Amino acid sequence: MAGPAPGSTPAGPDPDEAARRRWMGVLARAGAAEIAARLDQVPPLPPHRRLRGPETGLVMARGRQGGDGAPFNLGEMTVTRCSVRLEDGTVGHAYVAGRDARQAELAAMLDAALQDPTRRDALLAAVIEPLAAAQAAAAARVAAKAAATRVQFFTMANMR
Amino acid sequence: MMRAGFADPVLDAQACFRAVLEAMARPGRVHRVAAPPEPPAPLAAAAAAVLLTLADADTPAWLDAGAGAEAWLRFHAGCPLAASPAQAGFVLACGAPPRLAALAQGTEEEPHRSATLILQVKALEPGAGWRLTGPGIEREHRLLVEGMPPDFPAQWAANRAGFPCGVDVILCAGDRLAALPRTTALEIG
Repeated sequence: MAGPAPGSTPAGPDPDEAARRRWMGVLARAGAAEIAARLDQVPPLPPHRRLRGPETGLVMARGRQGGDGAPFNLGEMTVTRCSVRLEDGTVGHAYVAGRDARQAELAAMLDAALQDPTRRDALLAAVIEPLAAAQAAAAARVAAKAAATRVQFFTMANMR
Repeated sequence: MMRAGFADPVLDAQACFRAVLEAMARPGRVHRVAAPPEPPAPLAAAAAAVLLTLADADTPAWLDAGAGAEAWLRFHAGCPLAASPAQAGFVLACGAPPRLAALAQGTEEEPHRSATLILQVKALEPGAGWRLTGPGIEREHRLLVEGMPPDFPAQWAANRAGFPCGVDVILCAGDRLAALPRTTALEIG
């Protein structure tokens, strides 16, 4: 298997792994239509074969109170996963929230293609960076809206 | 290179489970796996299909088929790999099989905790060879197995003497399989 599979032990600090983690995260947050629109602007991805899925199931999301308490089960969430293989044997994985099989497959194809150093920079510039910018802009918009309704408790400080 | 598993994971695994069920219910009858996966060498179709069907996250597996086959099984079945055959719920042997007595036997209270041995053999032919008798067999079934260790009948007799403990065996050749549950008596010729 190429690259770390979900469930395997992390291989330690590795710049390639950090980069891969970032693009997998960006793809998991992007919709299928957004990814497909970006893919139209680059040369077609190499042919791939499905190894597993896309298939939808439930995973238990776990949390820790305060970040370091005992783990507890927060609840189940719907996840769609897909793994594909390119002709040279590179395996791409994707786990995305929700039931969008197309998004999972596109994300897995891109994960496989991005592991190829000869295509990585072009794909990062044409697909990943615009998606990441759009996600950052959307997050900033929500943060600005929430900031406008912020209540400042001046009185508590002034009464003393 | 990583290969795909079952083409349709749900229906193909159900069909394979039915084949194993029928084989266990009628020991010595040979069944075909209808839609086997394309496993990495040296795994054969039926042995790989049985392991994909039966193994999951709760059943440690041990196999002597090399790193490629182990990675393939880990990816598609999600089962842990046992450090030794004695700790495994499913043992797959392509080469010389471990001795039956060296595998998990279960206990008197929990005989179902014994191991299942999936043996990849050269050929399986009904109608000649061993005489099988016991539950699920009206008179006798005959089964010719090529590629078994010569002392297997003696090991099998010892395995059967420990009932209700003991190991069950699934024999696989190509896309065909037959089963020897621990209740079956085996005579040569």
